[in-house]
Amino acid sequence: MSAKEYRTASAARGGLLTVSNVPNIAFGDRVRVRDQKGNTRNGQVILSSDEEVLIQIFEGTDDLDMENTWVRFLDEPVEIALSPEILGRVFSGLGEPRDFRPPIVSSLRRSINAAPFNPAARTYPKEFIQTGVSTIDGLNSLVRGQKLPIFSASGLPHNRLAAQIVRQAKLPDDDSRFSVVFAAMGVSYADARFFQEEFASSGVLGNVVMFVNMADDPPVERLTLPRMALTAAEYLAFDLDRHVLVVMTDMTHYAEALREVATAKGDVPARKGYPGYLYSDLAEIYERSGRIKDRHGSITLVPVLSMPSDDITHPIPDLTGYITEGQIVLSRELHNQGIYPPVHISPSLSRLMKDGIGKDFTREDHPHVSNQLYALYARALETRNLASIIGADELSARDRRYLEFADAFEERFVRQGEDEDRSIEETLNLAWNLLSTFPPQALTRVTETEMAKYHRQSGE
Amino acid sequence: MINKESRKGTILEINGPIVTIRLPGVHNGEQVRIGSLGLYGEVIALEGDKAIVQIYESTEMVRPGEPVEGLGHPLSVELGPGLIGGIFDGVQRPLEEMFLKAGDQIPRGLSPEPLDREKLWRFVPTENLEPNMPIIGGARIGTVQETETVEHRIMVPPDIEGELIELAPEGDYNLEETIGQVRDRHGHIHHLKLFHRWPVRKPRPYQSRDNGIDPLITGQRILDTFFPLLKGSKCAVPGPFGAGKTVVQHQVARWANADIVIYVGCGERGNELVDVLDSFPKLKDPYTGRPLMDRTLLIANTSNMPVVAREASIYVGITIAEYYRDQGFDVVMLADSTSRWAEALREVSGRLGQMPVEEGYPAYLASRLAAFYERAGRVETMDCGKGSVTLIGAVSPPGGDFSEPVTSHTKEIIQTFWALSKELADARHYPAIDWVDSFSADVGTAAEWWHENIDRGWEKRRGQALAMLARDAELSRIVNLVGPEALSSAQRWVLEGATLIKEGVLQQSALDPVDTFSSPEKQFMLLDLILTVYDEGAALIELGVPVQELSEMPVLARLRRCKELYDSSQIDQLKAFREEALQDFKAIHSEYAQRGEQTA
Repeated sequence: MSAKEYRTASAARGGLLTVSNVPNIAFGDRVRVRDQKGNTRNGQVILSSDEEVLIQIFEGTDDLDMENTWVRFLDEPVEIALSPEILGRVFSGLGEPRDFRPPIVSSLRRSINAAPFNPAARTYPKEFIQTGVSTIDGLNSLVRGQKLPIFSASGLPHNRLAAQIVRQAKLPDDDSRFSVVFAAMGVSYADARFFQEEFASSGVLGNVVMFVNMADDPPVERLTLPRMALTAAEYLAFDLDRHVLVVMTDMTHYAEALREVATAKGDVPARKGYPGYLYSDLAEIYERSGRIKDRHGSITLVPVLSMPSDDITHPIPDLTGYITEGQIVLSRELHNQGIYPPVHISPSLSRLMKDGIGKDFTREDHPHVSNQLYALYARALETRNLASIIGADELSARDRRYLEFADAFEERFVRQGEDEDRSIEETLNLAWNLLSTFPPQALTRVTETEMAKYHRQSGE
Repeated sequence: MINKESRKGTILEINGPIVTIRLPGVHNGEQVRIGSLGLYGEVIALEGDKAIVQIYESTEMVRPGEPVEGLGHPLSVELGPGLIGGIFDGVQRPLEEMFLKAGDQIPRGLSPEPLDREKLWRFVPTENLEPNMPIIGGARIGTVQETETVEHRIMVPPDIEGELIELAPEGDYNLEETIGQVRDRHGHIHHLKLFHRWPVRKPRPYQSRDNGIDPLITGQRILDTFFPLLKGSKCAVPGPFGAGKTVVQHQVARWANADIVIYVGCGERGNELVDVLDSFPKLKDPYTGRPLMDRTLLIANTSNMPVVAREASIYVGITIAEYYRDQGFDVVMLADSTSRWAEALREVSGRLGQMPVEEGYPAYLASRLAAFYERAGRVETMDCGKGSVTLIGAVSPPGGDFSEPVTSHTKEIIQTFWALSKELADARHYPAIDWVDSFSADVGTAAEWWHENIDRGWEKRRGQALAMLARDAELSRIVNLVGPEALSSAQRWVLEGATLIKEGVLQQSALDPVDTFSSPEKQFMLLDLILTVYDEGAALIELGVPVQELSEMPVLARLRRCKELYDSSQIDQLKAFREEALQDFKAIHSEYAQRGEQTA
């Protein structure tokens, strides 16, 4: 660490500080700034030339004056100290303790901007994780090492669903060590407390690392926070052989912080003012999940994001969907009907499902059952639309059956209790109960053997 | 070529992946290595004595004042045996080897040679080549069996021409050994090896362009039958996320009747590439019976890898594709996704402070896209053979909006357009290719092939099916307004017929072992069968048979399943089923004809 302090700050704009006449400062270097009151602020070099250096100040540049600002370059990238002691702790976006306990002391420090995984080092995720939630297990199965976001919107119960997943997620017949890394960006005190209490009451707190940035904390810290969290997750997964579930909420606040900084830097905006590199930046975060050859641990990522104005084509959900391996979409309509969890299955998807389910993983009929439910529900929603125009009485008997299916599906399959932990068997049997309201010839996605075995009319 | 000796300079400024350097005599486009780590980059602009460089790796902790070295050549790829079956990053670094050398993560500044220097290859010289014969660039001087499927043709590099002085006899050689010598007209002697280098941004030369003749058979019914793509043509697959672009691309990579498949994962998911890496060695090439990896090459720049290498990755891919084309192969290159490439362009242009035009994209987006797609084509090669590069680019329009710049500019260039629809995907209608928005400009040419090889009725049947789907869309609109009761029996039978086409022909499961590939014969049989059944039913409705009775015929449920009940070799069984189905219709026909006579 260099002890030399520079007093050559020449401009402060937004969260950015320019310092002139400093030689050969490394790009990405950590910076400590002391202001006139003696308070320190943290920063990072985002542009370095032989004439001047541009620093992003995490706490912002309010109240700085150019005369009394001392800048020290630490000659290290933004790092996090790692040891098994991080479990059960709470940190800020800069990796500083937030739980009034001493900082982690460890000789192991890692840059939070890890080099990308070599695709040749990855193994394909295919171990089914049972979350106990029918709409996920049955129709959008999660596998170990997957990144599956929850697309939500303000006022919807995404936090409750995320907490339920954390509580219930397990591999059938497996009790290996698991940990949770929880990254909260720009959340309210109520939400942060909700999660903390959830973890405490389900007895997992000792296996949880929390990184918390509150809604009133500096937004710039939201940029380092997910990288801190994932570096910790990588340590737990690939150094300590743990299966790590990373929950991040709310990615929208992260992207907004990115936009704020980009705008201050004068980056060319692409869509809705977000910088053109939003995709690459989100990918750097999401792609850190996965499984690695010859390593026991894994990182499964469940980011939560709220769609601004419920718009799935907004750049944040849109770009996320292009990077993640599917998405679980929550619907305001179902929520307003009082259905929990309000998972709207039509736009929901799990891309890694196909290889994690079926004969050797869940049950042989699972892929077809899922397909069949999707097809029937799509048709049923069309029928519901039609009924709302011409009236249900005008429908043919066949169409009325679809209408009834839509209701039954939402009431019995989608709806479940917050502490209702359904096994995959239960979920699939429930699905067959619904499928059996149709005659066998209406079910074209399941095979004849499966029909004979599980369909209640043909099975008799 | 730029001056070979390396020169030294210094770093002036670092702004993310864009670095300003001072390096006297550096050329635009030249490769440089910067900093103490030796990160690779490419000069993209010159300003006075300064040069702007885009770096393919992360520049964290690089400082102004660190050294810079100019390498004296532009971004190039190594072309020679050992490419097939490999997986390379966006600047052709071998990822398998990097994994063995450096572990799970890709370290900076490491750059092993793309091709194995140790491995010995059995070189068989071309017969009738004598010393002192004149020889041109692109001429074939021998072969190497690269994989069991691919006989690699060793060529004189395109930029060398002259007199053949020496050619090595048959034997085992590694890549560094000289296998021939050519004296050019300046008297300079070139030592030929089994490989050569070629700059990626410069299209490889050929004699002349040719028209495409044969369709690329992909075994996917909606593609081959409805929106055919010719070998040597170019195609775009746009679709919002979750619509199944990647599955379509994987299916084409698996089943296309091409000699070589190059899959460029450009800014896509790591796990998807792993899926290809895991599954392709186990899958058999349906045409040769050999593992698919024996004809496949992967270029991987996953979305978390540096953005500048993403820009380079599709040029690396297309240059390798052209190299195999020059050997006389039919090559398919899949780029997933060109939108990520365009975004990489946008990111670099933004960092350079260039004036954005549409949605932040630079003004040269359209011309870059066009120039890239134009590298596809069927050509007469320098040594008078025929080869082709078919280019299939996925496009990821933000929000699924096809009017955005990348999709709309791409649409102007390509001949075949496979548009994916969110609505179809939501209803799990896969492949979710929308028959209304998609098009193919090559139907006429493809028809010649189908008529000659499969059935003379192909174009007519295809037209009938599309007409019925259009009619279905129209009638469905009426149903949505006033309900199905408003339709006549004949109209309701059209809806039934269209459903049969959608479920029995258009929908195809990539996961079903039988349905995943459909030979052209099977494709036509299914289509013809369903249209015949429709026609029979329509005749019955004329006779007064209620549409309800027809819809509930058990044979229709079976008809929908034909695609997965009979594989491509069971054409006879399919024919037998056809007879059976038509019998059922005949039975109803005679029943109603009798009734008609009785009432008369």
